[in-house]
Amino acid sequence: MSETLYVQLLDLACGGLLLTAVLVLWRRELAVIIRVFAVQGAALAALVAVLATREGSAELWAVAVGVLVLRAGVLPHLLRRALAGAGEARRETRPLVNVAASLLAAAVLTLLAYAVSQPLVALSPSAATQAIPVGVTVVLIGFFVLVTRRRALSQLVGFLLMDNGITAVGFLTTAGVGLVVELGVSLDVLLAVLVLQILTSRMRETFGDTDLDELRELRD
Amino acid sequence: MSALGVVGGIAQPVLIVAGSPLLVGVMRQVRARLEGRAGAGVRQPWRDLRKLLRKETITPRGTSEVFRIAPLLLVATSLVVAVVVPFVTTDSAIDPVADLFAVVALLALGAVALALAGLDTGTAFGGMGASREMTILALVEPTLLVAIFALSVRVGSTNLGAIVSSTLHDPARVLSPASLLAAVALIVVIVAETGRLPVDNPSTHLELTMVHEAMVLEYAGPDLALIELASAMRLSVFLGLLANLFLPWGIATAATPAALVVGVLALVVKVGLLGVVLAAGEVFLAKLRLFRVPELLAGSFLLALLAVAASYFLA
Repeated sequence: MSETLYVQLLDLACGGLLLTAVLVLWRRELAVIIRVFAVQGAALAALVAVLATREGSAELWAVAVGVLVLRAGVLPHLLRRALAGAGEARRETRPLVNVAASLLAAAVLTLLAYAVSQPLVALSPSAATQAIPVGVTVVLIGFFVLVTRRRALSQLVGFLLMDNGITAVGFLTTAGVGLVVELGVSLDVLLAVLVLQILTSRMRETFGDTDLDELRELRD
Repeated sequence: MSALGVVGGIAQPVLIVAGSPLLVGVMRQVRARLEGRAGAGVRQPWRDLRKLLRKETITPRGTSEVFRIAPLLLVATSLVVAVVVPFVTTDSAIDPVADLFAVVALLALGAVALALAGLDTGTAFGGMGASREMTILALVEPTLLVAIFALSVRVGSTNLGAIVSSTLHDPARVLSPASLLAAVALIVVIVAETGRLPVDNPSTHLELTMVHEAMVLEYAGPDLALIELASAMRLSVFLGLLANLFLPWGIATAATPAALVVGVLALVVKVGLLGVVLAAGEVFLAKLRLFRVPELLAGSFLLALLAVAASYFLA
């Protein structure tokens, strides 16, 4: 693969990550958010695949396939099942920060991510490390979604967005943290989603809603 | 001032003035056919303009010069933009004006003149339309500037001709994240700025929802014809700008007749296709609530900002 093609494909994959993170913040329908999240999983897998072709390592290719199956297949499927059981609550109706303000907040977060990752990029400037701000932005936007959304499901997507961002930064900085570590992290995320899915359905059975703001006080 | 620039400066305004009502006609026809109607034909906007131009000028009682000058200002600014922006040729007749900031300022000047005319009539609808138009304009202008600025960062110049010819020399740039994000942001603001669905409905006269139509409600005769022509020109100018910033192929780089013919044909095909796509897309859209419009525009502003950011940190 030639140098310019490699840089271009890498940049396109990073652009995909960034765009899908913004779309999660923008859209209100939970079904659309889950679909966008699946696209982000595919973009992350494409990023790993580009790095694998560059390094010519079979191990990284295996990781890319694993990322694709887990983040574009299994996790969105689990989320969709949780949504199907949710009944009425299919929209994020009242986020704590309204959508226009949270989009502007995302703009500030992008600049912040760029500022804080400058020292990291300066350590070894290359096409891959220059994309680190994108990963950091996805982490920050994921955290923002996690703290400002009310529905349990969109908070879950925020958590997974953060994880996508962390994984992207991991691959961009080190070109692969090793198959075993990646496998461990992936299983961890899968387990967290399964546990949270059960927790969500239990919450709905008990309270009839998944609005987490209603759960502030203890009752008998 | 080069020969290419002079030829472009003559060909472009003629093409835009003659072609923009036809573009509106094509878009209405596409929409009518998709909705199962026969449609009025592609040349209907020109027939409407001819009919309006033959009528006598009437201005409402109590209106001032602002009301009378606004249509002329709107047409004049659109015409200057049609002369300077690289549509058919990469060189511009008046090179210093072919600047990103100058072009956006000219287009904003026309919109502001029309909003002032809407206020000048002193009617409820005029004021309402002007206030809505200003709200949308205040959100659109920064996005428009930032989105095109993302393209000019790599070139190192805000001259539109320089941006277009650098994309022509390096086609790989079109597929970079910066230009893709900027393209999406620019499409959203162009839809908002030219008053198309889902921001404004160009074919409605329903009092509560109209924006552009509310401002021009008091115009009649030749003044109305000028405003209709200017809105059609603005639509063509914006679509042409979008086409040539991201897909500049076919534009004339030398002052030979063959190159000019190819340039004109390329512009007509590109703008025509964009218009057809826009009209076909509108069939499937409903108008957005006015209070949701800032959300849409904040989103497109964020995309434009990300485009600028990406052109810095992914370069």
